[in-house]
Amino acid sequence: MSSGISSLETGLIYLDNAATSWPKPPGVAAAMHHFLDQIGANPGRSGHRLSVKAGRIIYETREAVASLFGAPDPLRVVFGMNATDGINLALHGILKPGDHVITSGIEHNAVMRPLHDLETGGVEVTQIPCFVDGSLDPAQVELSIRSNTKLIALNHASNVCGTILLIREVGQMARQKNLFFLVDVAQSAGVLPIDMEKDCIDFLAFTGHKSLYGPMGTGGLVIGKRIEPEALHPLRQGGTGSRSEREIQPEFFPDRYESGTMNAVGLSGLLAALQWLQQQGIDQIRSHEMTLCTRLIEGLLNIPNVTVYGPTEMSRRTATVGFNIQNMEPSTVGLRLDEEFGILCRIGLHCAPSAHRTIGTFPNGCVRFSIGAFNTERDIERALKAVNELAKEAQ
Amino acid sequence: MNSEFAVILVDSTSHAMRIEKILTMHGLTCKLVPVPRHLSSDCGVCVRVLKQDIEEIKTLIDTHHVIVRSIEVL
Ligand SMILES: Cc1ncc(COP(=O)(O)O)c(C=O)c1O
Repeated sequence: MSSGISSLETGLIYLDNAATSWPKPPGVAAAMHHFLDQIGANPGRSGHRLSVKAGRIIYETREAVASLFGAPDPLRVVFGMNATDGINLALHGILKPGDHVITSGIEHNAVMRPLHDLETGGVEVTQIPCFVDGSLDPAQVELSIRSNTKLIALNHASNVCGTILLIREVGQMARQKNLFFLVDVAQSAGVLPIDMEKDCIDFLAFTGHKSLYGPMGTGGLVIGKRIEPEALHPLRQGGTGSRSEREIQPEFFPDRYESGTMNAVGLSGLLAALQWLQQQGIDQIRSHEMTLCTRLIEGLLNIPNVTVYGPTEMSRRTATVGFNIQNMEPSTVGLRLDEEFGILCRIGLHCAPSAHRTIGTFPNGCVRFSIGAFNTERDIERALKAVNELAKEAQ
Repeated sequence: MNSEFAVILVDSTSHAMRIEKILTMHGLTCKLVPVPRHLSSDCGVCVRVLKQDIEEIKTLIDTHHVIVRSIEVL
């Protein structure tokens, strides 16, 4: 896979795709440039030809998102800033004081912080511990259900150690028990197959700038067909370009949840990214990443004083790999990888203290290499060589 | 006023886009235009179609479960 920008040109090895993917596919920047230069109008506000063009791009992006996730209807794709925005809409919109929500031990703060806030307002929260490799036993989730349980909220794949949670098992169980199911697909969209119907997902929070290869500032929430608009309160109210004669918020999808001018520039980039993804095929991307990931993990495990976190079986993980060098702070490793080797990665707690408690790396955190579609075998070999050198020094 | 057109009034631009897509797919002429002031004070768009296609359009709207507010002849 080629992006037009390669590590050969920049001299850098980018292994921070779980934070945001880079580089982006060739058409993404071009689509955004085209929007700003040639279209530029406010979608859904004015009704002239350029406004209609802008609206059409957004609609096509809705369709592309709906088709990727098996959503029931493109109009149930609600755009916002990112996954965090989508998660906040779902959690704050559906949970009321006295409700109970179940979540896992590997959640991102995008889920944990809204839940803590809701807890102070009278929502009951149960966090199911995960195993040390980050995996979750669906049976434990079922055992925690109470009479007032309303929602199960799960991260599909850990942003710290790559562990994939068994969302379909949990989803089917949730549906049987008539509970709502929220899945955070920030780390899995575009690499793992996701089907809202088969996985029984009621709320799917996604972000455009990671493994969907779009720009930052795009993402949102896809809302399943069991959710009626009256049951989900909007996070903000305001102008939608529809029903302007009324001063109350519209009650229909998607306008109810999309007040204010949208990030049409970003969404035109996301559309180009989704078209690229479809061309490549997500199984092709997954297979490329897992080939590199296999080599990376094998290489890391061969270094005696390196600890790798998360599952070693490739089918149970994504290409995000957390590790530590014994007796060397993650911050030192990260800085030296950047300064001495041109390797860019993320160290620390990755906005997920729970996940680090689960794998035993709280509060120091770990080093994270996260592979994307544009990484090459050469990148992995160079990264392994660098870790080897640092690890030797630390011995 | 006697014209060959009718307009489909919808709740939002997203709904209009959806109808446009379906009609175009079925080879029907349509265009998104601002909502005529005498029909609504909305600032959004509606779908202008040919009067002669109305019956076919109603069927398509039903089979695709699209929500429309009304169809008005001009
Ligand atoms: C698992 C998980 N959830 C949510 C998020 C939040 O994504 P965003 O910052 O795009 O809202 C991230 C990324 O940081 C993540 O890894």
